[in-house]
Amino acid sequence: MPPRIRYSTGLPVPTTDGIGHSNFEKQEPAMFGYFLRRVLAAVPVMAVVALFVFLLLRLTPGDPAAIIAGDMATPQQLEKIRTALGLHEPIHIQFLTWVQRLMNGDFGVSLLSNKPVTTLIAQRLEPTISLAILTIILTILISVPMGVLAAWRHGSWIDNIVMSASVLGFSIPVFVTGYILIQIFALNLGFVPVQGFTSISKGIGPFLERAILPALTLSSIYIALIARMTRAAMLDVLGEDYVRTARAKGLDEKAVLFRHALRNAAVPILTVIGTGFALMISGVVVTESVFNIPGLGRLTVDAILARDYPVIQGLILFTSGIYVLINLLIDLSYAFLDPRIRY
Amino acid sequence: MERSDPILKIEHLVVETTGRRPATILNGISLEIGNGETVCLVGESGSGKSVTSLATIGLLPKSALAARQGRILLEGEDLLTAGSSRLKELRATRMSMIFQEPMTALNPVLTVGRQIEEVLQAHSSLGAQEQRRRVLDMMEHVHLPDVERIYRSYPHQLSGGQRQRIMIAMALILRPKLLIADEPTTALDVTTQKQILKLIRELQDALGTSVLFITHDMGVVADIADRVCVMHHGSIVEEGSTDEILRTPRQDYTRDLLTSVPALMPREPRAEKSGEAILEIIGLGKIYSARSLFRPRQDTVAADQVNLVLRRGRTLGIVGESGSGKSTVARCAMRLIEPTSGSIRIGGEEISHLPRRALHPYRKRIQMIFQDPNRSLNPRLKVGESITEGPINYGVPRPNAVARAKELLELVGLPVDAIDRHPHQFSGGQRQRIAIARALAMEPDVLVADEAVSALDVSVQAQVLDLLDDIQERLGVAILFITHDLRVAAQICDDVAVMQKGRVVEYGPAEHVLRHPQQDYTRELLDAAPGKDWDFPNFRPLSSADLPAESFKR
Repeated sequence: MPPRIRYSTGLPVPTTDGIGHSNFEKQEPAMFGYFLRRVLAAVPVMAVVALFVFLLLRLTPGDPAAIIAGDMATPQQLEKIRTALGLHEPIHIQFLTWVQRLMNGDFGVSLLSNKPVTTLIAQRLEPTISLAILTIILTILISVPMGVLAAWRHGSWIDNIVMSASVLGFSIPVFVTGYILIQIFALNLGFVPVQGFTSISKGIGPFLERAILPALTLSSIYIALIARMTRAAMLDVLGEDYVRTARAKGLDEKAVLFRHALRNAAVPILTVIGTGFALMISGVVVTESVFNIPGLGRLTVDAILARDYPVIQGLILFTSGIYVLINLLIDLSYAFLDPRIRY
Repeated sequence: MERSDPILKIEHLVVETTGRRPATILNGISLEIGNGETVCLVGESGSGKSVTSLATIGLLPKSALAARQGRILLEGEDLLTAGSSRLKELRATRMSMIFQEPMTALNPVLTVGRQIEEVLQAHSSLGAQEQRRRVLDMMEHVHLPDVERIYRSYPHQLSGGQRQRIMIAMALILRPKLLIADEPTTALDVTTQKQILKLIRELQDALGTSVLFITHDMGVVADIADRVCVMHHGSIVEEGSTDEILRTPRQDYTRDLLTSVPALMPREPRAEKSGEAILEIIGLGKIYSARSLFRPRQDTVAADQVNLVLRRGRTLGIVGESGSGKSTVARCAMRLIEPTSGSIRIGGEEISHLPRRALHPYRKRIQMIFQDPNRSLNPRLKVGESITEGPINYGVPRPNAVARAKELLELVGLPVDAIDRHPHQFSGGQRQRIAIARALAMEPDVLVADEAVSALDVSVQAQVLDLLDDIQERLGVAILFITHDLRVAAQICDDVAVMQKGRVVEYGPAEHVLRHPQQDYTRELLDAAPGKDWDFPNFRPLSSADLPAESFKR
């Protein structure tokens, strides 16, 4: 038996004993059980994150109120902050109260703007999420065919171009790519506006007009990464016996590549796309700055500069939640892609 | 067989490796297959059998191999000059191929029904209903049970035999004139192999298909071939009817190949020696439990109430099909896995429940030789390092260990300078000799050989079996020999235990078990052994006098 790819998620990958008896029970896949276990596994992760976020402020040396208020605070201001944070209570009571509030959707109030943290995040959510989704769509549309093609014509000029392009994509910093794209498409050619953001509710056209350059900028690195990943996964799979079988059946190359090979190569590719997406949500700071987009990245920068702890805590919780959710979706998609991962 | 109008005709086919210094893989071979005929291409690994089949169906790996000269005519049409779209049309409609390992040859993420249907989608314009009906129909033809359920199954949910039936259904659904079968039964159990060979013959008769059958197994050749081509180093060295090849081989190479085939008859029983029981397995049981939060616990009984005794200087064979529990027993005996119940005694000492540390001194007394020497030797270690690692771990000074390693290399028939080389510089048979030397370096009382000759060519297999025999004579080591191959068991074992579903169903001297089997299952196994009617080394069919009457005349 050839060695199987070990996926980074820690999921065991089924093996056979070489003669042909599978280790798996011959029964209908228990999709529901798999689903439930994956969802339940997310609960302790979120609990640990919540504890960490809570302790972030409480365990910093010194008086949290003083840290928040800064050097110039008056005693009255400090007292006001202490009361607002409930710092007079014992620490476990503080934690329970805090968790209880979280459960009710109360993430606290921004010290800077006095608005609820949930409102602040919700306001900034649309630009970031829509940008991330557009980026992912662009990335998949460009990188997966690139990788498949490169693997199919392994060692040819196509392969060389794809590989060189992906080295470029890796090595040029995001802000450089951003400014170059602005220079060419916005300033020289005048195809699109330079900066800003238009909500998708005002129409797809106006949204794309402003979002396309940041999305391209952001995707350059992911295209490079996922094209390489796709190429490597496809190269492995194209050497498998069932690809030879598919060709021996007289299928055309499109069916061989996409129906037989790509689906088997999909698990590692999907893992990278998923983690890439999660990273993007928290990693859009630079791109949002370059293109002056009022998203979560900007909110994070502002909150950190202002030491707006409730907002920082809310953002950490929120992004962790997104991570866990996306990982859950990746795990579930494995089960749809590969019937052997259903247990 | 009439051969006026060959279905497949290969003329002076030359295949070379691509690259700057091309090496010749096929040296101008020619062969013909008539209508409805079965031609066996037989030879050892590296002889070019598979390359011939891949060249025919047009699937030579482009980056590595290329056909340079000659013609491959399928019903008169040259496949080497045909364009790739024409080749695609011909595949599955006029020529099909089935492969050795049906698990890896089927796509794991598509249902098997879908995979057969694809053939119809690619080559016909039938509607979806009609396609499905034709697929189910074909699945009935290859005798699959419960076709509606299997249609929706994935490959991992089927048994090895069922998977190969799916491959055959896929290959023959469009009734091609030529079926190329590349070792299609090598990865299967003997009883399954027998059924698959019968199925191929049955469909061949029904559909008039010609078969190019590639195999290394002379038994299979004797059972199914009309004509035989013997391949060696990229050339066909001899060709003739099956009878001619088996009875009157003209070439030395063919004769060597035939004389290497171990006989199914057990060798003369050896005189009982001192008889100290060195390894005793008493009431051994092993249960694998799969626990799950949402499902009741599922137990798989891998071994149940196994009782075996191995005496000094003797060889005990455990035979059985895959999943019968023979490897489980061997691994429990070595304490590589924990037995669930029962006891294991080495030289009278109970070791079945010793903790790891207390087990340490016993580890060196029982050593293992694995199936595939390509994977059991660390490729980054020099041969000498592999052999001396164990003894040094047990406190032998390095110079002594190295000196001993040199002696052992000589003992297993390798040059002393092998000690400074790496495993990849040796052939498969030589590597297995190194693995044997490594096991012997610990001066064990018991050698456990788990399918130790199964991955080797038949001529090399004979040499390694001789070597084990010789070592046993000289050192008096006891051997626990695990094999699925009754021929091998007949050649080397003093006693034989037949296992089925975790239980020992028959156990006794090889002479009794293999010549006068008492149990139905043992008879079934013997009956399924390919080429059982032939005495290959003597170039004649077995006369009825040689046959164990109870087993074959039912």
